[in-house]
Amino acid sequence: MPKALRTKHSLAIRWFHWINFPVLLVMIWSGLLIYGANRVYRIGVGDWTLYAFDTAFAERFNLRFRLAEGMAWHFTFAWLFVLNGAAYVLYLVFSKQWRHLAPGRGALKGAWRVFLDDLRFRRNAPEAEGYNSAQRFAYSGVILLGVLSTVTGLAIYKPVQLSWLTAVFGGYQSARWIHFWITGLFVLFIVVHVLQVIRAGWNAFRAIITGKEVVEES
Amino acid sequence: MSRDPDFEQEVRRVSRRSFLWGGLALGGAVGVWQAILRSPRSDGMLAPLRAVNGFNGALWQRMFREGAQAPTFEPSLAGARFNGDIGLRSPLNLADWRLRLEGLPGGERLLTLDDLLALPRTEQTTELMCVEGWSQIMTFAGVRMTDLLDALGSPTIPPFVGMETPDGRYQVALDAASALHPQTLLAYEMNGRPLEPRHGAPLRLAMPVKYGFKQIKRIGRIRFTERPPLDYWHARGYDWFAGL
Repeated sequence: MPKALRTKHSLAIRWFHWINFPVLLVMIWSGLLIYGANRVYRIGVGDWTLYAFDTAFAERFNLRFRLAEGMAWHFTFAWLFVLNGAAYVLYLVFSKQWRHLAPGRGALKGAWRVFLDDLRFRRNAPEAEGYNSAQRFAYSGVILLGVLSTVTGLAIYKPVQLSWLTAVFGGYQSARWIHFWITGLFVLFIVVHVLQVIRAGWNAFRAIITGKEVVEES
Repeated sequence: MSRDPDFEQEVRRVSRRSFLWGGLALGGAVGVWQAILRSPRSDGMLAPLRAVNGFNGALWQRMFREGAQAPTFEPSLAGARFNGDIGLRSPLNLADWRLRLEGLPGGERLLTLDDLLALPRTEQTTELMCVEGWSQIMTFAGVRMTDLLDALGSPTIPPFVGMETPDGRYQVALDAASALHPQTLLAYEMNGRPLEPRHGAPLRLAMPVKYGFKQIKRIGRIRFTERPPLDYWHARGYDWFAGL
């Protein structure tokens, strides 16, 4: 069968993606430097703790006594994160490319089938044109994470001037907790995303650099 | 499987161009990162970051709404948490303590604690937010900054306020709007009792519109100035405005 090059990602999408990647890493790292001054979060229920992000964790990753540094980086790169993210969302809206990402009817069931297929439980992922249902949930969900991390961030940043926003997230400590775990979900997204790209192979990775993918023409 | 040399070449051409751009972008990003890391420090913060954080502070200072108030709580929820004794380590004789006020029309004033106790008393239960990330609901009682200034006949003040401990070792700088916020108190009571020494006896600042590090304990001197006064934590890399 003859092969052809087909445009997969527009130039704008590729810039948004590759600007966001290092900026998000700086946001996560500087956020951890801030968190390192108040090491209170853990995964657990009641007395039972699966994993604690405690002093030992902070020391392993050199997060302690770097609060001023962390805040300085965080509130500088927050501008890039928000402006790039806002430009991305506006681009999706005006180019109508949001249709490629939004989960459609029956997407929940489809995503579950893709998930089972990915884990090798069953081989019955539905055929999809463009992104499959699981990808649609992941890529729409990560936009939602970006919005939530921005508004919870503002709720923590200005809890008096924007006290109504802080109240929406259940108060100051609650907003901090949500902000921290949104970061956890971002990290989870990045890990799964990178593993899936590795699994999909060179054609998928090349497409986010060149914009083109090689397809077989029927 | 047949290979199409023209097609393979086309793929390579498109890829080469894009990867070249990608390499340039990566180099640019690393360059920016290195440039920030190697820049000189301005008041303990890397200069480019200080510039953006200074812009953030100026932006929020312009958007600061005196009408926006910190949420208040039931006094029964109040507790205490101690953190930091810079400026409190020198001995202090409470009987000799005076609050020195400088920079107001009419010259320097010295006030005793009784002078302050005679002014209108305001009590409020708000959440003190530490820059470290913890917070503590506390009840403070004292004199509103605006009530003190009214009593002194100076309802308007210069753009900056500087406060320091009697030994001069701890200093905070404030913008006038935050100092004149209705929840900014010169507090002499905490949780229904006279201030303890480690919480700043005899007089401390309680202002929920700023992080705890601006809420100086054991105030000895207040200066009203045209230029930004010294600020202990700003000199050590923290944000100047530090407004919430």
